[in-house]
Amino acid sequence: MRQRWMGLAVLVGLALLVSPVAPTWGQNRGNAMTVTFKDDISTLDPAIGYDWQNWSIIKSIFDGLMDYEPGTTTLVPHLAESFTVSPDGKTYTFKLRRGVKFHNGREVTAADVRYSLERTLNPKTQSPGAGFFGDIAGVKEFTDGKAKEVSGVKIPDKYTVVFTLSKANAAFLHIMALNFAYVVPKEEIEKAGADFGHKPVGSGAYKVKEWVLGQRLVLVRNSDYFIKGRPYLDEIVFQVGVEPNVAFLKLQRGEVDILGDGVPPAEFTKVMNDTKLRTLVAVGDQLQTGYVTINTQVKPFTDVRVRRALNMAVDKQRIIRIINNRAVPAVQVLPPLMPGYDKEYKGYVFDVAQAKKLLAEAGYPNGFSTVLYANNTDPNPRIAQAIQQDLAAIGVKAELKTLAQSTVIEAGGTKGQAPLVWSGGMAWIADYPDPNDFYWPILSCSSLAQGTWNWAWYCNPRVEKMVEEADAMVQANQAAARDAKYREIYRLVMQDAPWIPIFHEKRYTMHTARMGGPPGLFNDPIHIPVHYTEVRLVQ
Amino acid sequence: MGGYLIRRLAQSVVILLGVTVITFALLYALPADPARMIAGRSATADTVARIRSELGLDQSLPVQYARYLGRLLRGNLGRSYAQKIEVTDLLRSRLAATFWLMLGGIAFELLIGLPAGMLSALRRRSAVDSSVMLGAFLGVSAPQFVVGLFLLYWLAYRWGLFPLGGYGTPAHVILPAFALGIAGGGWYARVMRSAMLDVINQDYVRTARAKGLSEPRVILRHAVRNALLPVVSMVGLDIGTFMGGVVVVESVFSWPGIGQLAWQAIQIVDIPVIMGVVVVSALAIVTGNLLADLAYPWLDPKIRYG
Repeated sequence: MRQRWMGLAVLVGLALLVSPVAPTWGQNRGNAMTVTFKDDISTLDPAIGYDWQNWSIIKSIFDGLMDYEPGTTTLVPHLAESFTVSPDGKTYTFKLRRGVKFHNGREVTAADVRYSLERTLNPKTQSPGAGFFGDIAGVKEFTDGKAKEVSGVKIPDKYTVVFTLSKANAAFLHIMALNFAYVVPKEEIEKAGADFGHKPVGSGAYKVKEWVLGQRLVLVRNSDYFIKGRPYLDEIVFQVGVEPNVAFLKLQRGEVDILGDGVPPAEFTKVMNDTKLRTLVAVGDQLQTGYVTINTQVKPFTDVRVRRALNMAVDKQRIIRIINNRAVPAVQVLPPLMPGYDKEYKGYVFDVAQAKKLLAEAGYPNGFSTVLYANNTDPNPRIAQAIQQDLAAIGVKAELKTLAQSTVIEAGGTKGQAPLVWSGGMAWIADYPDPNDFYWPILSCSSLAQGTWNWAWYCNPRVEKMVEEADAMVQANQAAARDAKYREIYRLVMQDAPWIPIFHEKRYTMHTARMGGPPGLFNDPIHIPVHYTEVRLVQ
Repeated sequence: MGGYLIRRLAQSVVILLGVTVITFALLYALPADPARMIAGRSATADTVARIRSELGLDQSLPVQYARYLGRLLRGNLGRSYAQKIEVTDLLRSRLAATFWLMLGGIAFELLIGLPAGMLSALRRRSAVDSSVMLGAFLGVSAPQFVVGLFLLYWLAYRWGLFPLGGYGTPAHVILPAFALGIAGGGWYARVMRSAMLDVINQDYVRTARAKGLSEPRVILRHAVRNALLPVVSMVGLDIGTFMGGVVVVESVFSWPGIGQLAWQAIQIVDIPVIMGVVVVSALAIVTGNLLADLAYPWLDPKIRYG
């Protein structure tokens, strides 16, 4: 008995200890890049993938008609060679590039463009992006099952696609650059069935080489990619399940190149004060605003003076210090990178006395009690506490409800439920770089229904009409006028004060010194964390 | 023995059923709508309703549960809401990693805990005893996340003796298994100590000494063997809990096991995956306990199941 037990223990111990211990653990990577993520990569089906992690990976495997100049928000034709817009803004004609091939060797044609869009719209696909295409004529009939095809998509020849819209939408080209409109080969989808998201075949710069669930995804360069000289890298390895603090150590040892989840908050100050590490961090803007929604349908927030008072009560600088100064204060809805951002607008200035005066005018000289909802992941509870303290200073006693993300989202989208919601960890990062993406889903009358993201339950018909007019300004030469109109729109919104804009987060991407290319690639507004097709090794 | 086994198996089935009922009820009581989470933030109410009915979420809870159970009995755990893949595939991809970590973790627990506990008992009320027990206390109470990062920082990052987390070679398993062993070893040491103290005052130990057996032989042959009984049931429990996934250690060490999967699924309310992990964990715990119970008669002939 003794021998058996002891023998077993010793054997197991020895087996564990004598195993070869290699001196390095993967520093020699050749022309490849390694990116770490904490969470698994979910589906890579462009009709379905909709998280910040898979969004850019999908972009490197598939292509759309439109894309952006790397590192910018400037639209460029991509699978399309050229396009024209009719004078009324309701007809878009795209001419496809010839000779672009899917990874399986077949040429991309206009029929694929239509098939892919109809697949996204088909309710069976369960695409979270179907709602973006509601302006194309015949979409409703198609999704309701009353039509076999979307009448607003026509393919007069093999290389031409014509879209007819029921209503002009200046953001339509951006919408055609969304992953949900990316082109997929029908035969591969029929072959893979529901597993297409794990066996993706596109026309993009990279192909999937290997996918070990829970461990790694390996992409390999598509040597037939239609843009000559791209991509630069032979391989990208995504290591998943890597704890961010450990990823940070791995990067310093040169084992990985990009921290997909960013610099761990606990290490941030150390990194930014370290002359050597500091050079490995690219700092840039993102299309994000963090805000507190004030439910305009809940008393006493039905009174605009109360909402304005709250806007004056919050010390945004102090909140930004909580997150190690990783943001700039926000005074308006749009982030600085967004067309239509108003550089002149000063918003509500932090002024406790003025806020108290406004509250008294509204009939609340002694304040009132309310509830503030927030996501329970750090740093959001700390931010919510700071807001709570600021509100207490003007007599508003806010009870904190820090809950799981999905619970807060549900509360915000339920009529009359959440008086105040801190949006951190949930909203709002733009889907595409157009000012209307900060209006329709989160501030419009038309979004008001159970489950809305318009947590302020804000509706101003006058503003809505102006947005419709602005979105009808589709021609390229109207862009400046449209931006001006949006500045006016968002000034009106802020007069109604449905939000307390708090900050615009900055992005900090940490990478090894061997990674190169223009600095903008490491803070690309569309590709997070980096532009996979464009980054390269330092020569 | 046969009758006992049948009774225990029947009990296990009841326990497993109970576990699925409770988890199912809890998950669906959450004020989060899975259909809305799948639909994403830009979806219209129509889309959400359509997805809800596709998933059968518009049915009453008992109907949903009955359907779930029907699928479960056929080995179908459903599809992950987030990853759009069969839950059985997700679990299968992680079982091996969890199994190796379970073996390694238990090995370290025994390697650390048993000698420490024995030493403590034999040198009772000495400085050795108090230091071992203090060490055990620290091991049990140290947060595994901190211990894990500490091990990684010094042994892997600074000294380069081990890989910085990950999975693949035997070298990868040592640190996470050791982190598990530190915590578990503390418990084992305490249990072993008190069991040994019980045993060495027994008559048969005195008899063995009186027979003139050497002291090591008395301790190892007569005392330890009997003191191991409570340890065996702890190993049985650990097989179950470790196979169900060790969330913290797996997360810190980038270990692609069941615990890491569970942690990710919980954060995004991926109900089919959570249910799948719960079923596997419950199954593992029930099996682990059963194994421990079956091991008793083998160790101690006085124990018999009728």
